[in-house]
Order: sequence, then structure tokens, then C-alpha cells
Amino acid sequence: MIAAIHLTIGQVAASLALVAVAALISFWQHADLERDIGIATVRSFVQLTAVGYVIKFVFDQNQLIFVAALIAAMVVFGAFTARGRARGVPNAFWPLLFALATAAVTTLALVVGLGVFKAQARYLVPVGGMVIGNAMTAAAVTLNRLGEDVADSTAQIEATLALGATSAQAMRPILRRSLRSGMIPLIDSTKTTGLIFFPGTMVGMLLAGAAPIDAVRLQLVLLYVLLGSVAIAALMAILLAYRGFFTPAHQLRELPALSSAGARRGA
Amino acid sequence: MGPTALFALQGVGYRRGGRVVLDGLGFEIQPGSTALVGPSGAGKSTLLRLLNRLADPAAGTVRYRGRDLRELEVLGLRREVALVPQLPALLPGTVAENLAYGPSLCERGCQTARALVLAGLDESFAERSARELSVGEQQRVMLARALALEPAVLLLDEPTAALDERSRDAIECTLLDLRARLSVDLVIVTHDRAQAERLAEDQLVLEQGRLVAREVERT
Repeated sequence: MIAAIHLTIGQVAASLALVAVAALISFWQHADLERDIGIATVRSFVQLTAVGYVIKFVFDQNQLIFVAALIAAMVVFGAFTARGRARGVPNAFWPLLFALATAAVTTLALVVGLGVFKAQARYLVPVGGMVIGNAMTAAAVTLNRLGEDVADSTAQIEATLALGATSAQAMRPILRRSLRSGMIPLIDSTKTTGLIFFPGTMVGMLLAGAAPIDAVRLQLVLLYVLLGSVAIAALMAILLAYRGFFTPAHQLRELPALSSAGARRGA
Repeated sequence: MGPTALFALQGVGYRRGGRVVLDGLGFEIQPGSTALVGPSGAGKSTLLRLLNRLADPAAGTVRYRGRDLRELEVLGLRREVALVPQLPALLPGTVAENLAYGPSLCERGCQTARALVLAGLDESFAERSARELSVGEQQRVMLARALALEPAVLLLDEPTAALDERSRDAIECTLLDLRARLSVDLVIVTHDRAQAERLAEDQLVLEQGRLVAREVERT
């Protein structure tokens, strides 16, 4: 059993000294980030404190219905957040929502089914949070790249459609590139883990006094779980989202994001 | 509508971003070679894209050999009415792979050498990388790629816009030869009236999305 660390509010406040350093550097170098640093500090305090109480409530209740409600809320919020990065993709919210939900449900069901974790709130909530957070980032990067690639490749896509390709066939190279964009960051960080950086869970466990081997094993489980969930989220998001660019007749839609390309088509 | 019309347009309108691009077009395009002529922004390229359903009109109907385009299976239509876009947009890989792409979609074999020769290219082009070609060569490979589909109609969007005079003359000879040897119907978009006269029996002049003149040179 890991010994819990108890931090006083004063100790948390002391860590603000580093925030002050960041703000001072920004001020000194005219980076104009002081306001953003302030907002980030306040938001992180408020959000984490609030979620801490929510998690405490869910842990105390230890009922799967509350776990499911919390995971659902995280999925919805994650889809809203990721939508901001996927502005070039029409109606990106629903593909993102479905992708995050599928990644969360599939991953949690698998880790419970395989006996890696017990179906209890104290396991499902933190793992679910990590899964959704990483899946959100991957799906957002994937759809961001998708929107950019479609805008840059309208001539290529239409030339392929003109040869009798379906929209799926015309999009195949772009979907492949977008999927790689979403998955590569986590794959790369997994490759370098332990060499260049210590991942958060392992650091947390070591700080809490866990045996290093236990910390490593848990971290490995989480890294492998995240690889699967990120792949599921990126794939689902892209397979659902690309359809928004096309009509049922395999025509590239006239979209604001593609307007410059539309102008290049000539009138 | 005449019984032999290749395309028949009725009240065809199209908008892009709230701007009227085509405004109530109604005319027929007969089999043979037809040029759509006009200045930039006249709606020529948009009209060409409506003819193989890369886009649908906001109003009106387009008929192909008497049938509403929307009634036809769209992928088959695009193979029968093949469009060669203005900008070369070849796939990564060799010329042969580019030519084989269209036929492979409907599980047909590709007569690469024949398509290359018809487009005025040497058979040795087959194994060259698409990325290494000049713009003029890319334009010809785009034409060969469309011909590999063995289409009944070729839609050509400014086929010589990016070429020098010599390359332009060569492409024009190729198109006239195609028309004579294969009886492929041609619809050619060009801003060059002289080119339209050289290549087409019918010339439809568009300005601001409307048909403003038609010159027929039928015997």
C-alpha cells in the first residue's frame, strides 16, 4: 500500500514561487504571457480543486453509476475542447464525442476484463481520465491535420474523384497521414520514456513512497493502455469526420475552410 | 431538346459563398467538340464540373444523352465522362501507376501503352516517376490517365493554360487526333478564342455565369 502524501494549502501556495518566476521571465522578455500565466494558474487551481471534490465524492460512493457519469462528463467536455482544434472539419463535435466515448469504454472494459484493474472507482476514474485526456489530444491533432490536408489537397482529391473513386478511396492517403499525426506523439514519448523523461504516474507513485518496480509496472500498464486508446480515438474520429467533407454523391462540399481552394478551381 | 444532344441544360444555376456563378443556363451541347469560352470568373470551370457531377447545380437540371445526371450512377458516369482538371494533380508513384489507378477502381486492366501513345507520350514514360515530369508532361499524363478509362466524353479544363506555344500546339494536335481516331466527344474550357476556333465545332461564350453568344461551325 502506498503511503499517502498530505500537502497543506501553504505548501501549494509556496509552489506559486515558480509561477512568479515564469511571469517575471515573460515580463522581462516582453513575451506578453503574464495574463495567460495568471489565467492558467487560477484555472488549474479552481478546476483541479473542484474535480478533487468530485472524485472524492465518487470514491466515497464507489458505485459504477457515478463513475460512468463522471467519465461521460469528461468525454463531453473533451469533445468540446478538441473541437476547437478541429475547426477545419465540418461538424467535428459528433465524431469526436463518439471517438472519445468508444476509446474510454473499450479501454476500460478491456483492462477490467483482462484483470489488470478492478472495477472500482479508485481505478476506473484516474485511468479513465488519462485515457480520455490522451485520446482527446490525439483526436484533436488527427482532425486538425485532416482539415489542413483537405484544404491543401482539393485539386488532388477532385482529380481522384473524377477518375471514379469513392470519397473513401480519394481520401485514403490523407486519412493515413492524419492518423499518423495523431498517434506519433504518444508513440515517440513511449519510446523515450524513462530515458528522457519520467512519466507522471511513475513520478507520482515514487513521490508517494511506492517501490520503484511497482511504479514502473503501473506506468507500463498505463502506457500500453494509452497506446490502444489513442489509436482507437484517432481512427474513430477520422473515419467519422472525413465524411463531413463530402456529399452522398462523392462530391467535395463547398466549405468556408476550402474557400481558397475553391477559388483556385476557377469559376 | 434534340434527341441526340450530348448534354442538355435547363435553368442551371450555381452559387459559391453567396455569389452567383452560373445564372439560369439553358442550352444543349451536341456530340462532337464544344468549347466553353469566356474570361476568368465566367463560370466555365464550374459548368464543366457539373457535367460529370463533381458538383450539382443549385437550380435546374443537367441531362446526359437524355437522362438527368442525378438518375445515373455517379462513379460510372465519371468514368464515362472523364474530366481532365486544369491543375496537374498526379498521385505519387510512376506514370504507369497513375494510369492504372482509374481502371483498378472498377477492377479493369489498363492499356498503359495505348493511353500514353494516344496522349502523345512515348511508352518509355510508363516507369518514370510522376514527380520528375515537367508541367507539360504532367498535363499529358493527366490526359493519358483520363484516356485509360476509355471514356466516351472528355471534359478538358484549360488543357494548355500552363504550357508554352510549342507544347500547346502539340496538345492541340493530340486532341484533334483523338477526336478523329476515337470519336471521343470533347468539351473544352478555354479563355483563348483562337484556340476554341482551332479545336471546336461549337463555341459557347460565357460571361458572368450567363451564355452571351454561340458560334456553330457545322457543315
